[in-house]
Amino acid sequence: MTMESSVVAGSEPTVEPRGFELIEREGLETNLLEVSMGPHHPSTHGVFRMDVKLDGETVTELRPVFGYLHRNHEKLAEDMGYLGSMPFTDRLDYFCSMTNNWAYALAGEKMIDLEVPERAEYVRVIMAELTRLVNHIMLVGFFVNDLGALGTPLLYALREREKILDLFEWASGARMMCNYMRFGGLRNDLPEGWLTKCREVVDAFPYFLDEYEKLLVENEIILVRTQNVGVLKPELAINAGITGPMLRASGVNYDLRKVDAYGVYDRFPFRVPMGEVGDCYDRFMVRILEMRESIKILRQAMDELPEGPIMGEAPRVFKPPAGEIYGRIEGPKGELGFYLVSDGTAKPYRYRVRPPSLVNLTVLEDLCLGHKVADAVVILGSVDIVLGEVDR
Amino acid sequence: MDLLGSGIFKGMAVTLKNFAMTYFDRGRKERLPTVQYPEAGDTVTLFTRNFPFLIYDGEEEVDGMRCVACQICERECPPACIYIVKEKDENGKFVKRPKVFDIDVSVCMGCQICVEVCPFDAIVMDSEFEYSKEDRFGDLLFNRDELLKSNDYYHKIHPEEAQARDANLAAKKAADEAKKKAREEKAAAAAAAKAAAEKEASEKKDSPEASEPVAEEPKAEPAAPSENHAKAESEAKEKPAAEETPVEEPAAATDETEDAKEESSGGSEGKETSEEPEETAGSGEDDEKKAEEGEGVS
Amino acid sequence: MLVQFANWVQGELACSPALAKIVGILLAAVPLATVFALCFAFTTWLERKGLARIQNRIGPNRVGPFGLFQPIADGIKMITKEDIVPRSSDHFFHLIAPLLVLVSSMACLAFIPFGLGMTMSPIDTAVVFFFAILGMNTLAVFLAGWASRNKYSLLGGMRAVAQMVSYEIPLVLSAVTVVMMVGSLDTREIVGAQVVEGWATSENSGLRFLGQIAGWHVFTPWGFAGFIIFFIAALAETNRSPFDLPEAESEIIAGYVTEYSGFKFALFFLGEYIGAFAVLGLAITLFLGGWNGPNFQPWWSSDPHALLIPGFVWFFFKMFVLMAVLIWIRGTLPRLRVDQLMSFAWKFLLPLALVNVFVAGFLFHVAKEDRVWASVAAFVFLYLVAKGLSRMNQSDAPAPRKYHFAE
Ligand code: SF4
Ligand code: SF4
Repeated sequence: MTMESSVVAGSEPTVEPRGFELIEREGLETNLLEVSMGPHHPSTHGVFRMDVKLDGETVTELRPVFGYLHRNHEKLAEDMGYLGSMPFTDRLDYFCSMTNNWAYALAGEKMIDLEVPERAEYVRVIMAELTRLVNHIMLVGFFVNDLGALGTPLLYALREREKILDLFEWASGARMMCNYMRFGGLRNDLPEGWLTKCREVVDAFPYFLDEYEKLLVENEIILVRTQNVGVLKPELAINAGITGPMLRASGVNYDLRKVDAYGVYDRFPFRVPMGEVGDCYDRFMVRILEMRESIKILRQAMDELPEGPIMGEAPRVFKPPAGEIYGRIEGPKGELGFYLVSDGTAKPYRYRVRPPSLVNLTVLEDLCLGHKVADAVVILGSVDIVLGEVDR
Repeated sequence: MDLLGSGIFKGMAVTLKNFAMTYFDRGRKERLPTVQYPEAGDTVTLFTRNFPFLIYDGEEEVDGMRCVACQICERECPPACIYIVKEKDENGKFVKRPKVFDIDVSVCMGCQICVEVCPFDAIVMDSEFEYSKEDRFGDLLFNRDELLKSNDYYHKIHPEEAQARDANLAAKKAADEAKKKAREEKAAAAAAAKAAAEKEASEKKDSPEASEPVAEEPKAEPAAPSENHAKAESEAKEKPAAEETPVEEPAAATDETEDAKEESSGGSEGKETSEEPEETAGSGEDDEKKAEEGEGVS
Repeated sequence: MLVQFANWVQGELACSPALAKIVGILLAAVPLATVFALCFAFTTWLERKGLARIQNRIGPNRVGPFGLFQPIADGIKMITKEDIVPRSSDHFFHLIAPLLVLVSSMACLAFIPFGLGMTMSPIDTAVVFFFAILGMNTLAVFLAGWASRNKYSLLGGMRAVAQMVSYEIPLVLSAVTVVMMVGSLDTREIVGAQVVEGWATSENSGLRFLGQIAGWHVFTPWGFAGFIIFFIAALAETNRSPFDLPEAESEIIAGYVTEYSGFKFALFFLGEYIGAFAVLGLAITLFLGGWNGPNFQPWWSSDPHALLIPGFVWFFFKMFVLMAVLIWIRGTLPRLRVDQLMSFAWKFLLPLALVNVFVAGFLFHVAKEDRVWASVAAFVFLYLVAKGLSRMNQSDAPAPRKYHFAE
C-alpha cells in the first residue's frame, strides 16, 4: 500500500465538480455528502485535510490531502552543511525535537564512524525517553479531546508536559526547539542540579499517570467510542510499513530500541507493551503503558549516568566520505530515519527523512471506511500525526 | 452500553479532586502551574535562549564590540538571517569591525548555531522575548546598534554561561601571552629580518594594521589555544574555498579571518581595537605591552 | 416583594382591564427576562471559572474582581463583532433561527414556579405547554442548520433533530410519572404536593424543617429513576456534554452555529442557556421540590408558617447546583457517537422510563401502610431493570483490557 494508492483508491477522476453527487441505490435516490474536513478544522491536528464522502454520517470514501505545511526541509538540507540541518530537524515533529536530533546525529555519526562518549549516550536516552513521555501524554490528551472531552485531559497533559519542557529548557535553552545534540555527542553538558530536578519530575509522573488512567481508561464512553473502531490488522500494518506504537497495538512486536539496540538501549531491561485487536483503544492503551516503561528506563539511566565528556572526537568540519547511510531510531511515533548520501563534500548530496507520521497516515482510509465521521476524527487522533513531519 | 458503570464516576471523582485541589496551597503548587504573565515579573529562566545579540566590553558600544566581522556566523546561520558588511577605513582597508550587522529576527530561529561557531565569543543568545513591534519587516530587522548589548547585561541574564565565557577568553589570552613570550624569544634571534619583512608587508598593504604581520604565527604553533579558536581557523581555511562565497576573494577572506583571530589572541578587549589604528606596525614588544594592558583592563 | 408590587399595580389599574393586562404581562415578563439574563451571565462566568479549575487553570480573572465582569466584556465583544451572513444562505431564516431559539426557551420559563405565587403564566396545563414550546427549539435549531447552507451546519442540524426528538420521549415519560402521581398538570400543584403536609404544619420546628424536604419526589423510587432519566434526557435536550453532538467541536466544527457570528451567535448562546435553565427548572419543579427547601421560622416572626429563606432563593440555589453538575459533567466526559446516542435513548432510557411509569402506577395503588416495603421493592426492581437493560444492550461488552508485554 503506497501513499498514491491510498490517495486515489476508489476515487473517480478528480476533475469532477465537488458538492452533492447523485447515486442510485435500491431504487431510492440518495445523496452522498462530500465534506472537506480541513485544512482548518479543529481536530485535524494542523493543516491536514480529509475529503470525506458521507452517506448520512458514515464515511464511504476518504482522501487525505496534505502538503499545506511543506517547507522544503529535504532540499534545504542539501544546500547547507551537515550541522546546519540540525536545528531544522527540531521542526519536523515539533513535539519530539530531542529524538529528531538524535536520529539525525545517529545518521551523521554512522557516516564517519564517530564514537559517542558514554555520558552523552546516557543523556540522550534520558532526553529521548522524556520526549516519549511528552509525546505520548500529548497524544493521549489530544485523542481524548477529539473524543469530545472539552480539553480536561488535554490540559492535565499540558500541565505535566510543562514540567518536562522546563527540564528541556534548562538543559538546552529552548523548550521545544532544543537543538541539543551534535554529531558525536551533545552541545553542552547537563547543568548542575538538573538531574535532581529531573528525578523529581520523573518520580511524580507515575502519580499523574495513575490519575490519568482513573479518569480515562475505564470511562465507559471512551470504551464504547474507541473499542473496535478503526481496527488495523497486523498484515496490513506490516505491508503498509506502519511502525511505532501503532504497529505494536496491532500485535506486532517490533521496537527498534530492541531490534537495533542503538545507543545504550541494550543495557536497559524494559518491556514492550502489545495490543491484540489493533483498534483505537489498543493504540491509546499501548501509549499509556509505554509511558510506564519509559519511566523505568529513565530511572535506570539516571542512576547509572556516568561522568565524563559529552562530546566525542568530532571533526571540526564535518565532511563525510562519499557514500550513503541510513540512521534510524525508535521515535515516539515510530521509526524515524535519516537517509544521507554524501559525495564527499561538506553538504549532503541527498538528504531524506523517513517520517513515521506520514507512513502511519497512509492507512487512514482503510481504517475509516464504514465508520462514522466522528470516528474518523478519533482514528486520525489515534494515528498520532504531526503535520510538521508529514509535510516536511 | 453500560452507563451505569463505575468508570464515569471514577472520572468525575478525579475531576472533582482536581477542582478542589486548586484551592489548597499544596494542590496549587502541583496543579496550578499558570503564571500570571506581566505581574509575575521575571518568568525567564537563566537558560533560555531567544535571539542572538552582540556583546561589547567596557562602556563604548561600538568601540567595545567583540565582533570582528569574520563572517563565520553569517555563513553558518542555517536560515541565513545574518547580514554583515565589514567596515572600511578611509583608505579602503577593512577594519575588524562590522559596519552593518543585521539579524532578521523574523527569520532567526534561535538555534544558537551562530554562537557556537563564533570564535570570539562575540555573539551570544539573549533571553529577551518581548519583541512586539509595529512594523513587521522593518522593525524586526535588528541592526548593529540594536544588537549591541554590554557584557554586564550578559552577566545578568546568563551568569554562569557568561562567567564560563569570560574565563574562556581569559584563558585564551593567557595562553596567547605565553605563546607570545615563547615566540618573542624565538623571534628575538630573527628580529631584524622579521621586522624588515613586517615593515615591508605593512607598507605593501599600506595600512597601520598591527597584528597582521604575525598572522602566520599561530599556524606555526601546533598547540592551538582553544578548540573554538582552532575551529575558526580551520573553518576559515576551509570555507571560502569550499563555498565560493561570491562576496569576496577567498584570499582576502582568509587574511581577514586570520587577522581577526590574531587580534583575539592578542586579547580581544575592545579597547585594543580602538587603539589599534594609532599603533605603528607592531614589533614584538609592542604586542606584549598591549596584551598586558588588556589583561589589566579585564 | 415584586409580587406585591405587581399586585398593587394591578389593583390600581383595575378600572381598565385591557391596560391592566398588558401592564401585568410586562410586569411579569420584564423581571423574568432581566433575572435570567443575569443568571445567564453569571452562569457563563461560573462555567468558565469552574471548568478552568477542573482543568487546573485559573480562568477569567482580569475583568473585575475574580473576573466577574467577564460576561459584560464578552457581551460587548459579541455585540460589536461583525455579523457575517453567508451569501448563499437563506437570509430570512438565518436571521429568525436564533430569535426563535431564544423566544421558545424564554417562553418555557413562563410555566416554572420560582416561588410561591411567582409563576408568570399560572395555567393548569403548564407541563404540556412546556413540552410543546420546548419542541420549538428543535425546529429553530434545524432551521439554523438548514438556512446556513453549510455542510457542517446541516450535519449539526440533522443531529440536533434526531437527538432532540428521541430524547424528548424519555423526558416526557419521566414527567408523566409525576403528573400521574400528583394528578395535576399544574406546576404549582406539583410543587405543593412535594411537602409532607402533616410535618410542614406541625408545631415541631425540626419536623417542619424536614417536611420541606422529605416530600420531594426524588426520594421515591419512581421519582428517583424519573429524575435520573429526566436529567440525562435534559442533558441531551439542551445539547450539553456528553450529548453535545449537534455542536461537536472536534467533529463538525460548531454544528448548526458554524455560520453564526456576533450577536446572532450570542443569541444562540443565550437561548441555549435559558433553555437549560428552563429544563432544569422543570426538573426542580417535578422532582426536587420546587421552591421548597429546609427552612426555619425567622426569629422575629411569630407566624409558624413564615419562612426565613424565601422560596425563590431555594429555587435558584437548586438551579445553580444543577448547573454546576452540568459543568462538572462537561469538564469530565467525552461525547458519545451518533448511533450510540440514539441506541442509548431508544434501547435504554425509553424502556426504563416505560417501566418506571408502571412502577409508579403500581405504587399509586399500594395501600399506605405497605408503602415502605413496596418502595424498597420498587427500588430493587428498577435497579435490576436498569442493570438488565444495560446488559442486554451490550453485544460485545466494552471493557478495559489486559495487555501483555514482549520482553
Ligand atoms: S540563532 Fe540561528 S538562526 Fe538565529 S542568527 Fe544565530 S544561527 Fe542564525
Ligand atoms: S566575530 Fe562572531 S559575531 Fe562577529 S562575524 Fe565573526 S562569527 Fe559573527
